[in-house]
Amino acid sequence: MQTKIDWVTVLLYAVILIFGWLNIYAACYDEAHAAVFDFSTLHGKEMMWIGASLVIALIITLIDPHIFSSTAYLIYFAVIGLLILTLFIGDTTNGGTSWIKIGSFKFQASEFAKFATALALAKYMSTLDLDYKQIRTKIIAWAIILFPAGIIILQHDTGSALVFASFLLPLYREGMSAKILVIGLVAVVLFVLALLMEKIWVIAIIGGLALIALFYLFVWLNKRTMKHYIWVTALFLICTAYVFSVDLAFEKVLQPHQRERIDVLLGKADKETSKTGTGYNVYQSKLAIGSGGLIGKGFLNGTITKADFVPEQETDFIFCTVGEEWGFVGSTLLILAYIALLLRLVRLAERQYSKFSRFYGYSVAGILFIHILINIGMVLGLLPVIGIPLPFFSYGGSSLMAFTILLFIFLRQDQERTNLI
Amino acid sequence: MRNQYQERSTVIRIIFLTVGLIFIVRLAFMQVFDGEYRRLADNQALRPITQYPGRGLIYDRNGELLVYNEAVYDLMVIPKMVKNLDTNLFCNVVGITRDEFLTRMKKAKKYSTYAASIFMKQVSKEEYGAWQNHLYKFHGFYVQQRTLRVYDKPIAAHVLGYVGEVNQSDLDNDKYYKQGDYIGKSGLEKSYEEVLRGIKGKHIMHVDVHNREIGHYMNGALDTMAIEGGNLYTTLDAELQEYAEGIMANKRGCIVAIEPATGEVLAMVSAPGYDPNLLVGRVRGKNYLKLDSDENKPMLNRALIGQYPPGSIFKVAQAMIALDLGVITPQTGFVCDKSLVGCHNHPSARSVQEAIKMSCNPYFYQVYRRIIQQGKYKNIYKDAQYGLTVWHDYMLRFGFGQKLPIDLPRGGMSSGNIPDTAFYNNKRWYGRDKWAFSTIYSNSIGQGEVTVVPLQMANLACIVANRGYYITPHLVRYFGPDSTKNEEYYEKHETGIKPAYFEIAVNGMYDVVHGAGGTAHKANIPDIDVCGKTGTAQNSGDDHSVFISFAPKNNPKIAVAVYVENARGGGGTWAAPIASLVIEKYIRGEVTRKDFERMYREAAPCQKIKKKK
Repeated sequence: MQTKIDWVTVLLYAVILIFGWLNIYAACYDEAHAAVFDFSTLHGKEMMWIGASLVIALIITLIDPHIFSSTAYLIYFAVIGLLILTLFIGDTTNGGTSWIKIGSFKFQASEFAKFATALALAKYMSTLDLDYKQIRTKIIAWAIILFPAGIIILQHDTGSALVFASFLLPLYREGMSAKILVIGLVAVVLFVLALLMEKIWVIAIIGGLALIALFYLFVWLNKRTMKHYIWVTALFLICTAYVFSVDLAFEKVLQPHQRERIDVLLGKADKETSKTGTGYNVYQSKLAIGSGGLIGKGFLNGTITKADFVPEQETDFIFCTVGEEWGFVGSTLLILAYIALLLRLVRLAERQYSKFSRFYGYSVAGILFIHILINIGMVLGLLPVIGIPLPFFSYGGSSLMAFTILLFIFLRQDQERTNLI
Repeated sequence: MRNQYQERSTVIRIIFLTVGLIFIVRLAFMQVFDGEYRRLADNQALRPITQYPGRGLIYDRNGELLVYNEAVYDLMVIPKMVKNLDTNLFCNVVGITRDEFLTRMKKAKKYSTYAASIFMKQVSKEEYGAWQNHLYKFHGFYVQQRTLRVYDKPIAAHVLGYVGEVNQSDLDNDKYYKQGDYIGKSGLEKSYEEVLRGIKGKHIMHVDVHNREIGHYMNGALDTMAIEGGNLYTTLDAELQEYAEGIMANKRGCIVAIEPATGEVLAMVSAPGYDPNLLVGRVRGKNYLKLDSDENKPMLNRALIGQYPPGSIFKVAQAMIALDLGVITPQTGFVCDKSLVGCHNHPSARSVQEAIKMSCNPYFYQVYRRIIQQGKYKNIYKDAQYGLTVWHDYMLRFGFGQKLPIDLPRGGMSSGNIPDTAFYNNKRWYGRDKWAFSTIYSNSIGQGEVTVVPLQMANLACIVANRGYYITPHLVRYFGPDSTKNEEYYEKHETGIKPAYFEIAVNGMYDVVHGAGGTAHKANIPDIDVCGKTGTAQNSGDDHSVFISFAPKNNPKIAVAVYVENARGGGGTWAAPIASLVIEKYIRGEVTRKDFERMYREAAPCQKIKKKK
C-alpha cells in the first residue's frame, strides 16, 4: 500500500529552500543584475540548481524504493570510485582537491559520498541476523564510514570528512554503546579546558571528580571491591595523560590554520589575528549577524553582507545574511524550521517497519544535524571555522542536489514503508 | 521486527532541541542585547559624509558680486582603514614625499584612528581630477568637497574679512563646528557668520570592502541636505571702494564714506591694504604671517581701530555744544589771541561761522572755557567737573567716546577717548580737585586727551549733513534667503541740538571750501557744493592730515572722512583734495579733474615708519 509523501517534510524543505534562495539573492545583489533569471549571477544559477533538484526529487518519488537497498553497495562503490578519481584529476582550489571539472561544470563527489555511505551502512546494518556485538561487525561498519572519509581527508577537505561523524547518531540509535559518546564529549571538554587553563588546574578538577567518585562508591554504594578503585585510578591517569598530550596534539596533528582558528574561537588569539587575520571571517560574520538587531535591517538592506565584507557569504557564511537582514526574528525562525525538520525526520524514522529505512532515516537526520551544528555554530563564533554548507540554504549545485537526493530517498521509503519490510 | 532502544530517540530529540536552544540564546545575546555589533558594523560599512553648504555670497549696493565660492577638495583619511597601501604609488599620485606622508599620517592618527581627519587640504578641481583614477586603490582615503572664497576685484579686504579654520575656542563655543570647519575670522565674514555659513547636511554612504562607495545607505532616507548660506547685500559701492583704494594705494591712512541719510557705508578704505585673495586656501598661512609682520600693519582696519587726535575738525562739535548750552551765540566773536594758544595768521573771527571757516584756535579756547567753566559753582574745580560732565554727555550723543555699533566685529574696533571727570580725577592722571579748564584746554582744539576713530569723524560729517542726527553707520542692507532688511541699523540718533545751529556749521564748512580765507580750497569741485573741515592732528611723528566733508550742501549724498597719517602739511594739503576726489567720483560717476586726480593718486606723502628693533 502506497501512502502519500510526507508533506510536512516537503513543506519544511520548500520553505528553507525559498528562504535560502532569497538570501543568496540578497548576498550577491547588485542593481545591474537584479533580474531573477539572470544566469550570469549566482542567484540565477542557484535557481537552475533548484530546478534540477526538484526534477531529481520528482524522479526519486517515481522509482521503486526497493532499488535503494538493492543497489546500495553499487552506489557506494561508484561514489568511492569518483572520490578516488577526484584525487587524480580533481581541480585544486584553496588547497583542497575536491572538484571534478567537466567543461564549465564543477562536481563535488564528496557531497554525494554522504548519502552513498548512508545507504551502504544502512544496508550492512540491516543484514539479517547481524550480531552487533561481534568485533567483525564493528570493523566492517566503521570501515564503511571511514573509507570515504579517509579519501576526503586526502583531498584536504577536513570539514566534509568530519561530517561522517554523523553516523554515530544512527549507530547510537541502533544500540551502540553510549560510552563512546560520553568519552567523545569528555575528550572535547578536556581538550578545550587544557587549551584554556593551566594544566595543573585541569588535573586538579579531574582529581577532584575522581575523589568524589571514590567517595560515592565507598559511602553510598558500598562497593568496596578492588576492581572499582583500579577503574577510577586508571581513568584518572588516562585523563591526566590526555591533558598533557593535548598540547602535543595541538602542535603536531593540527595544521597551523586550524590551530589559529581554535585560538581565535577560544579568545586566545591577538586582536589583529581575531579581526583581520584568521579570525576575519568570523569577526565579519558576527558583525553582520549582531548588527541585525531584533527585526533585521530589511531585505537587501544589509550593510555588511551587501558590501562583500564577509567572504564566502553565499556559501558557508550565508547565515550572516539571514542574521543581518532578517534579524533575531528571521534567524530564530530559520533555526526553528531546521529543528522542526530534524524532529520530523526522527518521527518518520521511528515509524519505519524496515530496519534499513530506519537506519537510513537516522543517517539523514544525523548528516543534516551535523551540517547545521557546525555551520551555524561557526558563523555565531561558537565553533571553529570548518567549511561545510548549510543544507538546502548555501549556494552550490552539488550540495543542494546531494542533500535533495539524501532527503527524498528517505521520503520515498517512508511513502512505501508498508511495502518495505 | 526488532525495535530495541526506541527510548534513545528521545535522547536524540533532546540533543536537537538543545542545540537549537543554544543557537537561539546566542542569537538573542548578539542581536538583541548587545548593541556593540551594530556600532562596529556601522563604523565599518557606513561613511557619513558631511555636505558643506556653499557660503553665502556678498554683493555691493548695485548688485555687483564681491565674494563667491570655488569648489576644492579635502583628501580625508581614516587611519584604521588604511590597509595594504602602495605608499610609493600614493606619494606619486598625491605628489608628496615619503617623509611628508609619514608626518601627515602620524598627525591623523594622533587625532583619531577611527574618525576621519583631513590628510591634505584644499586640492584644486584639476588635481583631484588627476587622482580620481587611482583613489579607489587607497583604502581608508576619500575626498570631501569644500568651498573657498574667491574675489574678482581685490578690494574691501578689511570690510569683508577672511575665513579660516576653526580653533579650539570656536569648537568649544558652538557645537555646530567640527575640527577642520571654516569660520569667519574677521570683517563681515565674522559678524554675519551665522547668516553666511548655512546649515551643514550629512550623507550616509554605504562603502564596500574595497572602500568604494556603493550608494546612499537606505537609498538616502537618513540623508540631510545642506542648506546654502544666506547672501549679504552690502551698502558698499564697489566702484567707489576701488577708486578710493586706488588713491590711497601708496599712502597710509583711511577713508570712510557714508550716505548721511541712511548711515550706509559707501566705502571704507584702510591703507595700506591687501588683496583678499591672499588669505584664501593653502597660501593663507604663509601670507598671513607676512602681512602680520609688516610694520605698516596692512591687516588693521584703521577706519575702526585707529585712535587719532581729531584736530581742528573737533571744533565743529565744540561750537554746536556751546551754542546749545547758550554760553555763546552765533554772533559771539573772540580776538585771535595767540598768547592763549598758537594759531596761524588770520583776521579775528566775529561769528561762529567765521571761526569754523578760519579754524581759529584762540576762539575755540574761549568757547571751550565757557563750556567747562560755566560759573555754576564758586569752586573752580567743582565748576570744571560740572562743565566737563555736561560736555562729555554731549560728546557721547555725537557718537564719540564709544564703539559705534556698526555691523562689524566689536573686537576690531576702538572707542576713542572723551575724557570725563572720572578720567581726570584718577590719581594716575591729575587727581580730584587738581584740574580745571586751565589744565585741559588742549581738548578745545581736538588735541590733549581727546582721541577719535575715523568712523566717528565720518559720522560727525553725517550729523552736520543731517543737521543734527545720525543713523548708525552700517555695511549690510539686506541679508539671508529672504533678503531681510537690516532694520535695527536704520534707527535715528538725535544729538538734541537745534538744526538751526547746525545750519551755521554747514555754512562755516561751506566757507572752508569756498569762502575767502577758507582752509580747504583744494576740496573745491566745480558745480558741486562741498562742505568740509580740515584738521591737523599733532602726534609723535609728522602731523596727520585730516578732513571731514559732505556734499552737496543741500540734500547731501555723501559724507567723507579722510585721514592721511604723518603727511607733511595740514588737512587742506592732503586729506581735503583726496576727499574731494571721492566725492566727485561718487556724485558725478567720474572725476573730471584728471591732472588733479593723477597728482594726488601718485603722491606718497607719508613719513616712513621706522622698523622697530
